[in-house]
Amino acid sequence: MQQNTDLEKDLQLRELDAMCVNESRLEHKWYHNLKYLIVGILFGIVFVKAEVISWFRIQEMFRLQSFHMYGIIGSAVVVGIISVWLIKKFNIKTIYGEPIKIAPKTFNKGQIIGGLIFGFGWAITGACPGPLFAQIGTGATVIAVTLLSAIAGTWVYGYLREKLPH
Amino acid sequence: MIEFIKQPWPWYIAGPLIGLTVPALLIIGNKSFGISSSLRHICASCMPANIPFFKYNWKKEVWNLFFVFGIFLGGAIAINLLSNPNPVEVNPKLAQELAGYGITNFNNLVPEDIINWQSLFTLKGFLLMVVGGFLVGFGTRYAGGCTSGHAIMGLSNLQLPSLIATISFMIGGFLMANLVLPFILSL
Repeated sequence: MQQNTDLEKDLQLRELDAMCVNESRLEHKWYHNLKYLIVGILFGIVFVKAEVISWFRIQEMFRLQSFHMYGIIGSAVVVGIISVWLIKKFNIKTIYGEPIKIAPKTFNKGQIIGGLIFGFGWAITGACPGPLFAQIGTGATVIAVTLLSAIAGTWVYGYLREKLPH
Repeated sequence: MIEFIKQPWPWYIAGPLIGLTVPALLIIGNKSFGISSSLRHICASCMPANIPFFKYNWKKEVWNLFFVFGIFLGGAIAINLLSNPNPVEVNPKLAQELAGYGITNFNNLVPEDIINWQSLFTLKGFLLMVVGGFLVGFGTRYAGGCTSGHAIMGLSNLQLPSLIATISFMIGGFLMANLVLPFILSL
Protein backbone atom coordinates (compact mmCIF):
# COMPACT_ATOMS: atom_id res chain seq x y z
CA MET A 1 0.00 0.00 0.00
CA GLN A 2 2.74 2.39 1.06
CA GLN A 3 4.54 1.63 -2.17
CA ASN A 4 1.46 2.57 -4.17
CA THR A 5 1.14 6.00 -2.57
CA ASP A 6 4.83 6.59 -3.18
CA LEU A 7 4.31 5.74 -6.83
CA GLU A 8 1.39 8.14 -7.04
CA LYS A 9 3.39 10.92 -5.44
CA ASP A 10 6.27 10.32 -7.77
CA LEU A 11 3.98 10.44 -10.79
CA GLN A 12 2.33 13.67 -9.62
CA LEU A 13 5.74 15.25 -9.24
CA ARG A 14 6.90 14.10 -12.65
CA GLU A 15 3.72 15.45 -14.21
CA LEU A 16 4.43 19.03 -13.06
CA ASP A 17 4.96 21.25 -16.08
CA ALA A 18 5.51 18.23 -18.22
CA MET A 19 3.91 17.06 -21.38
CA CYS A 20 5.40 13.67 -21.84
CA VAL A 21 4.94 11.77 -18.65
CA ASN A 22 3.14 8.52 -18.57
CA GLU A 23 2.85 5.88 -15.96
CA SER A 24 3.19 2.37 -17.14
CA ARG A 25 2.66 -0.39 -14.61
CA LEU A 26 4.73 -2.66 -16.78
CA GLU A 27 8.38 -3.19 -16.05
CA HIS A 28 10.69 -3.84 -18.94
CA LYS A 29 14.32 -4.67 -19.36
CA TRP A 30 16.47 -1.68 -20.31
CA TYR A 31 16.87 -2.77 -23.91
CA HIS A 32 13.19 -2.11 -24.55
CA ASN A 33 14.27 1.53 -24.57
CA LEU A 34 16.16 0.91 -27.80
CA LYS A 35 12.80 1.31 -29.58
CA TYR A 36 12.85 4.95 -28.60
CA LEU A 37 16.44 5.28 -29.75
CA ILE A 38 15.40 4.06 -33.19
CA VAL A 39 12.40 6.42 -33.38
CA GLY A 40 14.76 9.19 -32.28
CA ILE A 41 17.26 8.36 -35.04
CA LEU A 42 14.56 8.44 -37.73
CA PHE A 43 13.20 11.66 -36.27
CA GLY A 44 16.68 13.23 -36.25
CA ILE A 45 17.19 12.31 -39.90
CA VAL A 46 13.88 14.00 -40.82
CA PHE A 47 14.94 17.06 -38.81
CA VAL A 48 18.14 17.45 -40.81
CA LYS A 49 16.78 16.52 -44.23
CA ALA A 50 13.80 18.86 -43.95
CA GLU A 51 16.05 21.64 -42.57
CA VAL A 52 13.89 21.92 -39.45
CA ILE A 53 17.12 22.41 -37.51
CA SER A 54 18.27 25.21 -39.81
CA TRP A 55 18.77 28.57 -38.13
CA PHE A 56 17.93 30.14 -41.49
CA ARG A 57 14.58 28.33 -41.75
CA ILE A 58 13.57 29.60 -38.31
CA GLN A 59 14.49 33.16 -39.30
CA GLU A 60 12.41 32.82 -42.50
CA MET A 61 9.49 31.55 -40.43
CA PHE A 62 9.54 34.50 -38.03
CA ARG A 63 9.88 36.95 -40.92
CA LEU A 64 7.07 35.30 -42.92
CA GLN A 65 9.49 34.72 -45.78
CA SER A 66 8.81 31.05 -46.29
CA PHE A 67 5.92 28.63 -45.94
CA HIS A 68 8.24 25.69 -45.22
CA MET A 69 8.10 25.58 -41.40
CA TYR A 70 4.38 26.39 -41.29
CA GLY A 71 3.77 23.54 -43.72
CA ILE A 72 5.80 21.14 -41.58
CA ILE A 73 4.25 22.04 -38.23
CA GLY A 74 0.76 22.30 -39.76
CA SER A 75 0.84 18.96 -41.54
CA ALA A 76 2.45 17.27 -38.51
CA VAL A 77 -0.42 18.53 -36.35
CA VAL A 78 -3.03 17.33 -38.86
CA VAL A 79 -1.47 13.85 -38.96
CA GLY A 80 -1.20 13.90 -35.16
CA ILE A 81 -4.86 14.89 -34.68
CA ILE A 82 -6.05 12.14 -37.03
CA SER A 83 -3.79 9.57 -35.32
CA VAL A 84 -4.91 10.44 -31.80
CA TRP A 85 -8.54 10.45 -32.94
CA LEU A 86 -8.13 6.99 -34.51
CA ILE A 87 -6.38 5.66 -31.40
CA LYS A 88 -9.23 6.87 -29.19
CA LYS A 89 -11.99 5.84 -31.59
CA PHE A 90 -10.77 2.28 -32.07
CA ASN A 91 -9.36 1.98 -28.57
CA ILE A 92 -6.01 0.98 -29.97
CA LYS A 93 -3.65 -0.60 -27.44
CA THR A 94 0.11 -0.51 -27.14
CA ILE A 95 2.21 -3.39 -28.43
CA TYR A 96 2.17 -4.69 -24.85
CA GLY A 97 -1.62 -4.64 -24.77
CA GLU A 98 -1.92 -1.65 -22.42
CA PRO A 99 -4.68 0.89 -23.05
CA ILE A 100 -3.22 4.15 -24.40
CA LYS A 101 -3.58 7.10 -22.05
CA ILE A 102 -2.85 10.74 -22.78
CA ALA A 103 -2.93 13.16 -19.87
CA PRO A 104 -4.99 16.33 -20.44
CA LYS A 105 -3.32 19.69 -19.84
CA THR A 106 -4.54 22.34 -17.46
CA PHE A 107 -4.04 26.00 -18.12
CA ASN A 108 -1.65 28.13 -16.10
CA LYS A 109 0.01 31.49 -16.72
CA GLY A 110 3.31 29.75 -17.32
CA GLN A 111 2.12 28.75 -20.76
CA ILE A 112 1.98 32.44 -21.70
CA ILE A 113 4.98 33.81 -19.80
CA GLY A 114 7.17 30.78 -20.33
CA GLY A 115 5.91 30.51 -23.90
CA LEU A 116 7.03 34.06 -24.69
CA ILE A 117 10.43 33.43 -23.07
CA PHE A 118 10.89 30.26 -25.08
CA GLY A 119 9.84 32.16 -28.24
CA PHE A 120 12.64 34.69 -27.61
CA GLY A 121 15.16 31.89 -27.24
CA TRP A 122 13.82 30.03 -30.27
CA ALA A 123 14.34 33.06 -32.52
CA ILE A 124 17.85 33.71 -31.16
CA THR A 125 19.22 30.18 -31.28
CA GLY A 126 17.14 29.10 -34.26
CA ALA A 127 16.42 25.91 -32.38
CA CYS A 128 13.97 24.37 -30.00
CA PRO A 129 15.22 21.61 -27.70
CA GLY A 130 14.97 18.75 -30.24
CA PRO A 131 17.01 20.49 -32.95
CA LEU A 132 19.75 21.30 -30.41
CA PHE A 133 20.53 17.58 -30.13
CA ALA A 134 20.43 17.12 -33.91
CA GLN A 135 22.60 20.21 -34.55
CA ILE A 136 25.32 18.79 -32.32
CA GLY A 137 25.03 15.57 -34.30
CA THR A 138 25.64 17.45 -37.55
CA GLY A 139 28.99 18.57 -36.18
CA ALA A 140 28.12 22.02 -34.82
CA THR A 141 29.92 21.13 -31.59
CA VAL A 142 29.59 24.61 -30.09
CA ILE A 143 25.84 23.99 -29.80
CA ALA A 144 26.76 21.72 -26.87
CA VAL A 145 27.28 24.98 -24.97
CA THR A 146 23.77 26.11 -25.97
CA LEU A 147 22.40 22.76 -24.80
CA LEU A 148 24.22 23.01 -21.45
CA SER A 149 22.86 26.51 -21.08
CA ALA A 150 19.35 25.22 -21.80
CA ILE A 151 19.82 22.57 -19.10
CA ALA A 152 20.96 25.34 -16.76
CA GLY A 153 17.82 27.32 -17.68
CA THR A 154 15.65 24.35 -16.81
CA TRP A 155 17.51 23.94 -13.51
CA VAL A 156 17.06 27.61 -12.61
CA TYR A 157 13.35 27.30 -13.40
CA GLY A 158 13.14 24.35 -11.01
CA TYR A 159 14.99 26.36 -8.37
CA LEU A 160 12.69 29.41 -8.71
CA ARG A 161 9.51 27.51 -9.48
CA GLU A 162 7.68 28.25 -6.22
CA LYS A 163 8.33 31.99 -6.56
CA LEU A 164 7.14 32.34 -10.16
CA PRO A 165 3.55 33.18 -11.11
CA HIS A 166 1.61 30.17 -12.39
CA MET B 1 16.69 6.49 -54.72
CA ILE B 2 19.61 7.59 -52.52
CA GLU B 3 20.05 10.66 -54.74
CA PHE B 4 16.42 11.51 -54.12
CA ILE B 5 16.83 11.15 -50.35
CA LYS B 6 19.86 13.42 -50.41
CA GLN B 7 17.80 16.37 -51.67
CA PRO B 8 16.26 18.56 -48.97
CA TRP B 9 12.86 17.06 -48.16
CA PRO B 10 9.74 19.13 -48.87
CA TRP B 11 7.41 20.06 -46.01
CA TYR B 12 4.64 17.71 -47.17
CA ILE B 13 6.96 14.71 -46.70
CA ALA B 14 8.64 15.83 -43.47
CA GLY B 15 5.58 17.21 -41.68
CA PRO B 16 3.50 14.00 -41.85
CA LEU B 17 6.57 11.94 -40.82
CA ILE B 18 7.01 14.15 -37.76
CA GLY B 19 3.28 13.85 -37.06
CA LEU B 20 3.57 10.05 -37.17
CA THR B 21 5.98 10.20 -34.24
CA VAL B 22 2.93 10.87 -32.04
CA PRO B 23 1.14 7.54 -32.68
CA ALA B 24 4.46 5.68 -32.96
CA LEU B 25 5.49 6.60 -29.40
CA LEU B 26 2.00 5.96 -28.05
CA ILE B 27 1.78 2.54 -29.62
CA ILE B 28 5.28 1.27 -28.82
CA GLY B 29 5.09 2.19 -25.16
CA ASN B 30 2.32 4.61 -24.16
CA LYS B 31 4.66 7.61 -24.37
CA SER B 32 3.48 11.14 -25.10
CA PHE B 33 5.78 12.90 -27.56
CA GLY B 34 7.88 15.63 -25.97
CA ILE B 35 11.50 16.66 -25.99
CA SER B 36 12.10 19.49 -23.54
CA SER B 37 11.37 17.16 -20.60
CA SER B 38 14.68 15.47 -21.39
CA LEU B 39 16.40 18.60 -20.05
CA ARG B 40 14.55 18.21 -16.78
CA HIS B 41 15.46 14.53 -16.53
CA ILE B 42 19.10 15.47 -17.05
CA CYS B 43 18.80 17.94 -14.15
CA ALA B 44 17.07 15.31 -12.01
CA SER B 45 19.72 12.70 -12.73
CA CYS B 46 22.83 14.89 -12.52
CA MET B 47 22.07 17.76 -10.17
CA PRO B 48 18.78 17.45 -8.26
CA ALA B 49 20.27 19.61 -5.43
CA ASN B 50 17.35 18.76 -3.18
CA ILE B 51 15.01 20.88 -5.32
CA PRO B 52 11.52 19.35 -5.07
CA PHE B 53 10.96 19.84 -8.82
CA PHE B 54 13.82 17.45 -9.54
CA LYS B 55 13.23 14.91 -6.80
CA TYR B 56 11.44 12.21 -8.72
CA ASN B 57 12.38 8.83 -10.11
CA TRP B 58 13.95 9.99 -13.39
CA LYS B 59 14.75 6.38 -14.30
CA LYS B 60 11.06 5.96 -15.12
CA GLU B 61 11.48 8.57 -17.85
CA VAL B 62 14.73 7.23 -19.21
CA TRP B 63 13.02 6.43 -22.53
CA ASN B 64 13.07 10.18 -23.21
CA LEU B 65 16.87 10.25 -22.90
CA PHE B 66 17.17 7.33 -25.33
CA PHE B 67 14.90 9.26 -27.69
CA VAL B 68 16.96 12.48 -27.64
CA PHE B 69 20.22 10.52 -27.95
CA GLY B 70 18.62 9.01 -31.06
CA ILE B 71 17.94 12.50 -32.40
CA PHE B 72 21.63 13.31 -31.93
CA LEU B 73 22.63 10.13 -33.79
CA GLY B 74 20.06 10.82 -36.50
CA GLY B 75 21.63 14.23 -37.05
CA ALA B 76 25.05 12.63 -37.43
CA ILE B 77 23.78 9.97 -39.83
CA ALA B 78 21.89 12.44 -41.99
CA ILE B 79 24.81 14.82 -42.35
CA ASN B 80 27.43 12.14 -43.00
CA LEU B 81 25.54 9.70 -45.22
CA LEU B 82 22.59 11.55 -46.70
CA SER B 83 23.96 15.05 -46.97
CA ASN B 84 23.01 17.45 -49.71
CA PRO B 85 26.26 18.90 -51.15
CA ASN B 86 24.70 22.25 -52.10
CA PRO B 87 24.51 25.28 -49.78
CA VAL B 88 21.30 25.76 -47.82
CA GLU B 89 18.72 27.68 -49.84
CA VAL B 90 17.79 30.92 -48.17
CA ASN B 91 15.13 33.42 -49.14
CA PRO B 92 16.97 36.16 -51.12
CA LYS B 93 15.51 38.87 -48.90
CA LEU B 94 16.82 37.15 -45.79
CA ALA B 95 20.17 36.48 -47.45
CA GLN B 96 20.50 40.18 -48.24
CA GLU B 97 19.59 41.19 -44.70
CA LEU B 98 22.01 38.67 -43.19
CA ALA B 99 24.81 39.79 -45.51
CA GLY B 100 24.51 43.19 -43.83
CA TYR B 101 25.51 41.48 -40.58
CA GLY B 102 28.38 39.64 -42.24
CA ILE B 103 26.56 36.33 -42.50
CA THR B 104 27.38 34.97 -45.94
CA ASN B 105 28.24 31.33 -45.27
CA PHE B 106 25.18 29.20 -46.06
CA ASN B 107 27.02 25.88 -46.19
CA ASN B 108 25.63 24.57 -42.92
CA LEU B 109 22.28 24.57 -41.20
CA VAL B 110 23.89 26.49 -38.34
CA PRO B 111 25.38 29.82 -39.51
CA GLU B 112 29.11 29.34 -38.97
CA ASP B 113 29.81 33.06 -39.31
CA ILE B 114 28.16 33.83 -35.98
CA ILE B 115 27.82 30.51 -34.18
CA ASN B 116 31.30 29.09 -33.61
CA TRP B 117 33.77 28.49 -30.76
CA GLN B 118 35.72 31.72 -31.37
CA SER B 119 32.69 33.98 -31.18
CA LEU B 120 31.45 32.24 -28.04
CA PHE B 121 33.64 34.61 -26.05
CA THR B 122 32.32 37.78 -27.70
CA LEU B 123 29.22 39.60 -26.49
CA LYS B 124 27.29 38.67 -29.65
CA GLY B 125 28.25 35.00 -29.43
CA PHE B 126 27.46 34.91 -25.72
CA LEU B 127 23.98 36.34 -26.36
CA LEU B 128 23.30 34.00 -29.29
CA MET B 129 24.54 30.77 -27.77
CA VAL B 130 24.52 31.06 -23.97
CA VAL B 131 21.66 33.49 -23.29
CA GLY B 132 19.59 32.05 -26.15
CA GLY B 133 20.02 28.53 -24.83
CA PHE B 134 19.13 29.61 -21.31
CA LEU B 135 15.88 31.20 -22.54
CA VAL B 136 15.01 28.00 -24.40
CA GLY B 137 15.54 25.82 -21.33
CA PHE B 138 13.88 28.16 -18.86
CA GLY B 139 10.97 29.08 -21.13
CA THR B 140 10.07 25.59 -22.27
CA ARG B 141 9.91 24.24 -18.74
CA TYR B 142 7.96 27.26 -17.48
CA ALA B 143 5.53 26.77 -20.37
CA GLY B 144 5.38 23.03 -19.66
CA GLY B 145 6.55 21.94 -23.08
CA CYS B 146 8.17 22.97 -26.33
CA THR B 147 7.29 22.77 -29.98
CA SER B 148 7.00 18.99 -29.79
CA GLY B 149 5.16 18.69 -26.47
CA HIS B 150 2.75 21.57 -26.94
CA ALA B 151 2.58 22.45 -30.64
CA ILE B 152 2.54 18.88 -31.91
CA MET B 153 1.51 16.49 -29.09
CA GLY B 154 -0.77 18.94 -27.27
CA LEU B 155 -2.52 20.20 -30.39
CA SER B 156 -2.90 16.61 -31.66
CA ASN B 157 -4.85 15.94 -28.48
CA LEU B 158 -6.84 19.19 -28.98
CA GLN B 159 -5.62 20.80 -25.75
CA LEU B 160 -6.47 24.49 -25.39
CA PRO B 161 -3.51 25.22 -23.05
CA SER B 162 -1.21 23.90 -25.76
CA LEU B 163 -2.76 26.23 -28.32
CA ILE B 164 -2.21 29.16 -25.94
CA ALA B 165 1.40 28.06 -25.43
CA THR B 166 1.99 27.67 -29.17
CA ILE B 167 0.62 31.15 -29.88
CA SER B 168 2.89 32.53 -27.13
CA PHE B 169 5.93 30.79 -28.69
CA MET B 170 5.14 32.41 -32.03
CA ILE B 171 4.56 35.90 -30.57
CA GLY B 172 7.84 35.66 -28.65
CA GLY B 173 9.65 34.53 -31.77
CA PHE B 174 8.21 37.28 -33.96
CA LEU B 175 9.12 39.98 -31.43
CA MET B 176 12.65 38.68 -30.99
CA ALA B 177 13.42 38.00 -34.65
CA ASN B 178 12.11 41.31 -35.94
CA LEU B 179 12.76 43.78 -33.13
CA VAL B 180 15.63 42.57 -30.98
CA LEU B 181 17.72 40.11 -32.99
CA PRO B 182 18.80 42.76 -35.56
CA PHE B 183 20.51 44.64 -32.72
CA ILE B 184 22.23 41.51 -31.45
CA LEU B 185 23.41 40.59 -34.95
CA SER B 186 24.80 44.08 -35.56
CA LEU B 187 26.96 43.97 -32.40
